[in-house]
Amino acid sequence: MATLTRLKRPIWSRSARREFLAGLLFASPYIIGVLAFTAYPMVASFFYSFTRYDIPLAPEWIGLNNYIKLFTADRFFPKALWNSLYLTIFGIPIQLAFSLGCALLLNMKIRGQAMWRTIYVLPNLMPAVVMAILWNWILNPRLGLVNNALKAVGIKGPNWFASPVWSKPSMILMLTWGVGFMIVLYLAALQGVPQELYESAEIDGAGALRRFWSITIPMISAVTLFQLVTGIIWSLGFFTQAYLIGGGGSNPGAPQGSLLFYGLYLYIQAFEYLKMGYASAIAWVLFAISAVVTWIILRSSRRWAYYDVI
Amino acid sequence: MEAIQARKPVSRHVKPPAVILRGIALQVLRYTLVVIVALLFLVPWIWLLSTSLKPPQQILQIPPRLIPDPFMWINYYYGVTYINFFKYLLNTVLICTVVIIGRVFSCTVVAYSLSHINWRGRTILFAIVLATMMLPGQVTMIPIFIIFSRLGWINTFMPLTIPSFFGDAFFIFLMRQFFMTIPKELTDAARLDGASHWGIYSRVVLPLSRPALATLFAFTFIWTFTDFQGPLIYLKDRDLWTLALGMRGYLQRYGAGGGTAMGAMMAAAMLYTLPMIVLFFVAQKTFIQGVVTSGLKG
Repeated sequence: MATLTRLKRPIWSRSARREFLAGLLFASPYIIGVLAFTAYPMVASFFYSFTRYDIPLAPEWIGLNNYIKLFTADRFFPKALWNSLYLTIFGIPIQLAFSLGCALLLNMKIRGQAMWRTIYVLPNLMPAVVMAILWNWILNPRLGLVNNALKAVGIKGPNWFASPVWSKPSMILMLTWGVGFMIVLYLAALQGVPQELYESAEIDGAGALRRFWSITIPMISAVTLFQLVTGIIWSLGFFTQAYLIGGGGSNPGAPQGSLLFYGLYLYIQAFEYLKMGYASAIAWVLFAISAVVTWIILRSSRRWAYYDVI
Repeated sequence: MEAIQARKPVSRHVKPPAVILRGIALQVLRYTLVVIVALLFLVPWIWLLSTSLKPPQQILQIPPRLIPDPFMWINYYYGVTYINFFKYLLNTVLICTVVIIGRVFSCTVVAYSLSHINWRGRTILFAIVLATMMLPGQVTMIPIFIIFSRLGWINTFMPLTIPSFFGDAFFIFLMRQFFMTIPKELTDAARLDGASHWGIYSRVVLPLSRPALATLFAFTFIWTFTDFQGPLIYLKDRDLWTLALGMRGYLQRYGAGGGTAMGAMMAAAMLYTLPMIVLFFVAQKTFIQGVVTSGLKG
């Protein structure tokens, strides 16, 4: 009887206990890390979001006031939300389509594939600060390369980052230039599609376009799903280039708040005005939006993406 | 090829001229497209290089010229002296070194625990790792800042380096995926021979994981070297700035139009980017492999 129990519950045997302790010990850096830098901060920021917490003053409970203020009295918040949604809704599909297009080009039978791939990926390695400085210069309305090239063919270029209408498209243009590793991921996915599928489809008389829609797109849908989710989360928190080009201070997200993105507004409230309670509420709204969007995409993906679970 | 085939007696293998022509046309079209897109990617780099070598009046010239005359190599001297470039470089390298040491150690031991030790709770922990990867950093940013400021760590490198010793969900995931490819029989056999987990980790698993370690190293270096928001929040003192903050110093002092310092700013930008380009050329395969393993299996 005793042996039987032991067989049924090997988890409590001496070696199992030793393994448990070893596993715990080896994982301890992350266990401590996740408690200190993820679990506690999440609980704390949730609590702060219901307080007025202007450091260095102590937090003071004000209930839902931060959230009410965000959605009713704050004239910057809807703007920041809209700007980030704009960047995500237009930017991410453009970046996905563009990187897929580049990957398709690289996947053709051409010489020097490694060299072309390097050229396509390299912008991703440019530091965000340098990217902001460089593109601000290239898109300079009067002296910039782009507008002078346009002028040469008789087109009067827009004011790009200096125009409230064009500033967000300029940002998307810059980020699309820097897709880099998205192309690599798509390229790897394309190379993973079994060639037999294309061959048999060709024998069955499917044209190139048909093969693309019915074989390529479904076969790489797992990568599309991955890039969509990570891209959206990143895009909603987008900060560095917005801060450098749009700026904080008294005229945040210039011109006319058109570059006041969500991540930038959060930063301004937290680290320029030191309103930690209010900023925490902004962060939690962001978290809620990301969670809902991710959930919706993952749910709907059962219908359009094909992947094995890990 | 065609000539050899033509000499063969069986002539039905020879492609008719129309098909050959079509193939050539298609090939030309392919290369044209690839080259055009490559140019779109390259032009901003060329412009960066060109501006960094221009004398001030040519920077303001309309229409702009491509090749500077003369080449103002002195811009590179200005670039590193207008701001305290080498001081910032030293700070950045220092932070990078500590972060890499911390990450390599912490992420590999945790990944070992998640892949080669059979313990209760490892599935739950792995699920936590996956969930954390999806978490936007903004949610934890504020309380972490408050913790560090209570510890008196503002204006030190500690907030930027110490967390790396406690693992990072993305890199733990990356290493775990790689460790899973090391056959269990290998580590089990070592275990039966009486090797400790530490022995297996350090003498079997780590030596077999060079490619994954290189990926961890390369990505940690690039992300830390180019990070902007972290140093912006924690480093107020000018002497502690990293290169990312130093480059912002140019924007603050001379504005986006650059004025007289434009050439120097672009030269500094070029120098700041150079390590990344060199690293990419040295470790290209590593990067690509890393992106593919982390992304495709996610």
